[in-house]
Amino acid sequence: MGNEKVRLVYRIKAMDLANAGAASSHVKSELQKYGIEEEVVKRVGIICFEAEMNMILYSVGGKLKVEANSNSVEIFAEDNGPGIEDLEKAMQPGYSTAPPWAQDYGFGAGMGFPNMKQNSDVFEVESAPGVGTKIHAIIYRRKENEAK
Amino acid sequence: MKLSEVVKVMGLKIFNPEVEGWEMIEVSWGYASDLLSDVIAGLSKDELWVTIQRHLNVVAVAKLKDGAGIVITKGIIPDDATIKKATEEGVVLLGTEMNTFEFCGKLYNLLKYGEIR
Repeated sequence: MGNEKVRLVYRIKAMDLANAGAASSHVKSELQKYGIEEEVVKRVGIICFEAEMNMILYSVGGKLKVEANSNSVEIFAEDNGPGIEDLEKAMQPGYSTAPPWAQDYGFGAGMGFPNMKQNSDVFEVESAPGVGTKIHAIIYRRKENEAK
Repeated sequence: MKLSEVVKVMGLKIFNPEVEGWEMIEVSWGYASDLLSDVIAGLSKDELWVTIQRHLNVVAVAKLKDGAGIVITKGIIPDDATIKKATEEGVVLLGTEMNTFEFCGKLYNLLKYGEIR
């Protein structure tokens, strides 16, 4: 597998619940093919799924990008709005702005961001109301890199 | 414990027996929750997920976490789209008339002690 890189890009459509999880599922199988460790694939899958669901439920749509090399897997999720009003609150476990219909479907546990953060070695969110939200996550493939 | 044995002892209905090799799936433990992100955090590989959710997106969650299958409680029938998707994705969908509490109590004993008690 050497220095070969993997680069995956998906367009995520707003309210496309029928295809929710399709991108994350594809990411998982591609990373497995590339020989990425099972534990890393699991963590990447969770982050991608939560990011994908957030874009489907709360944004006007966006892009999910995954890049992998011999050291790490990086995830970029960028949407085109509407942005998060209170990012500090959104990061708190249990906080959710899910509308009632989504809650009936089991969304809105308020654990999306906490799940993403917990499974990342580096996790950054940038959001501006009216502009959009950008998520960047890094998962290191080897233990010695986790200390960095 | 093999899924076929869990199905037999717990009297479960299987909505998609078309899933190849479902009888041989190994069930290690279970997790009960109706909130998807909680399941993403809590369900582990080879565990049965017990829920009252029956819509399409449960399939993606179970697949993401490599669960042993989904048990829908209280006699709730999953949507046709859910059954179709689950079959395509190889996720076993099961049903019970018991509510989540009763089902989990029995499943807990079965998986821990090998009998319902």
